[in-house]
Amino acid sequence: MKRSADCVIIGGGIIGTSVAYYLAKSGMTDVVVLEADYLASGGTGRCGGGIRQQWSTEPNARLAMESVRIFTTLEEELGEDIEFLQGGYLVLAYTDEDVEQFEKNVALQRGLGLDVEILTPDEIRARVVAQLNTERVKMATYCSKDASANPFLATRAYAAAAKRLGVEVELFTPVRRILAENGRITGVETDRGVISTPRVINAAGSHSVPLAETVGVELPIKPYRREILVTEPLERFFDPMIISFSFGVYFRQVQHGSIIGGFAYPDEQPGFNQTSSVDFLTTMSKKLAYLMPVLEDVKVVRQWAGLYDVTPDAQPIIGETDGVDGFFQASGFSGHGFMIAPMVSTLLSQIVLGETPALDVERLNLRRFEGDIDLDHSVV
Amino acid sequence: MKDDVVICRCEDVTYGQIVQAIDEGLTTLEEIKRVLRCGMGPCQGRTCSRLIARIIAEKTGRSMDEIGFPLDRPPVRPVEIGILAGERDEA
Ligand SMILES: Cc1cc2nc3c(=O)[nH]c(=O)nc-3n(C[C@H](O)[C@H](O)[C@H](O)COP(=O)(O)OP(=O)(O)OC[C@H]3O[C@@H](n4cnc5c(N)ncnc54)[C@H](O)[C@@H]3O)c2cc1C
Ligand code: FES
Repeated sequence: MKRSADCVIIGGGIIGTSVAYYLAKSGMTDVVVLEADYLASGGTGRCGGGIRQQWSTEPNARLAMESVRIFTTLEEELGEDIEFLQGGYLVLAYTDEDVEQFEKNVALQRGLGLDVEILTPDEIRARVVAQLNTERVKMATYCSKDASANPFLATRAYAAAAKRLGVEVELFTPVRRILAENGRITGVETDRGVISTPRVINAAGSHSVPLAETVGVELPIKPYRREILVTEPLERFFDPMIISFSFGVYFRQVQHGSIIGGFAYPDEQPGFNQTSSVDFLTTMSKKLAYLMPVLEDVKVVRQWAGLYDVTPDAQPIIGETDGVDGFFQASGFSGHGFMIAPMVSTLLSQIVLGETPALDVERLNLRRFEGDIDLDHSVV
Repeated sequence: MKDDVVICRCEDVTYGQIVQAIDEGLTTLEEIKRVLRCGMGPCQGRTCSRLIARIIAEKTGRSMDEIGFPLDRPPVRPVEIGILAGERDEA
């Protein structure tokens, strides 16, 4: 392991590995990624892999649209298959409030140049997925360019590409604390010794909070368990991710043919608990059996849980930290960090290199929590 | 062991493929499973996990304890969605 570096990144999830890659691509190659366990062992490896551009606020929609632009050629750029598929996202409306909100969302999204359609229940079955139960569905929005990919493979591909450019990736190397002196980063202390560095990127998901505390920085991020299940593989019969905010549910068919999906308990309490529950298994099965009756005969083979790292406004914390020069945050992705990773990491690499970021990300700096909070309505 | 010996019968993964994955730096059951799908078949690794763990132990010099087993997660065996949803009784 190196004893010094230009930049140390804590966390080998999709964010840590992609930032490493974009830094190296722009010329900063003396970079070390430190991962406590194996690559994608955190939220990334437990993620649904959905990539949605249909957001209800302009900045979120832009981040996602720019990310899709990058994802579209990423396999070629990184030289690996990451199971990227533009299978679309179908967002179901069940209430009048949904319909009203979705119409506003579509107007905004079209204004940004996103190709989104409004479909009637009949059109949903005729054009997108014949097997969906559309009873009580009022309408749906559909963007055929929304996508999905395999987060585990994407993380490995970013890490491998970063390594080819000279980045060091150290697995099974937990960071114990960050070191700073006189308001400046000086290094990190790991289980395998100290690395001195003027720059630290904190990309450790929910664990970013205790790490930031070691240099007196408080991050308003709470961990929430989110459960997910997977069925046996079936012949592929539908492409889009199907979601409903009213049911809090999402599901899709992955490349291998399995259906994966989950929902959020509205009253889940924060905590680091990552055990799976039987209640989730039965409730999710009820939702799937209702939404897609043909799935009744299909077997669930596994379930697991991961953590969402949630901020008060459900937006990530990106950028340099006031009071500790050289300390950059990249966490608090609140359940949608995979889909925006390519663009967020590109922007963060520009900030770290002292360039002007291609999109304004000032609104994502930690200091925003000193004022009032804006909410996006499209969070699952 | 010969390279073409099948270790995971459900997903048809051989000894040679597993050794190659270890050589490429994958040293946990979880990672090897994600890349090769061994352990993800209908038996959910009940037949092959222990064998794979033993190959990892052999190749990396770590003990079986260090490698560890993924916690048993529900469902203990595959069950139909209709049964889990309570809409049907188990046959
Ligand atoms: C069930 C579920 C479904 C999801 N579905 C989607 C989806 O469909 N689309 C989407 O965009 N997002 C989804 N997400 C969210 C997405 O997975 C995350 O936002 C994203 O993966 C965050 O990546 P990350 O790199 O910030 O964090 P992580 O992947 O959590 O990476 C942080 C890494 O830091 C390491 N670490 C922690 N502490 C230390 C330390 N002290 N020293 C060194 N390393 C350390 C951890 O081991 C971990 O590997 C989902 C999440 C869950 C749980
Ligand atoms: S033998 Fe490997 S999953 Fe069944």
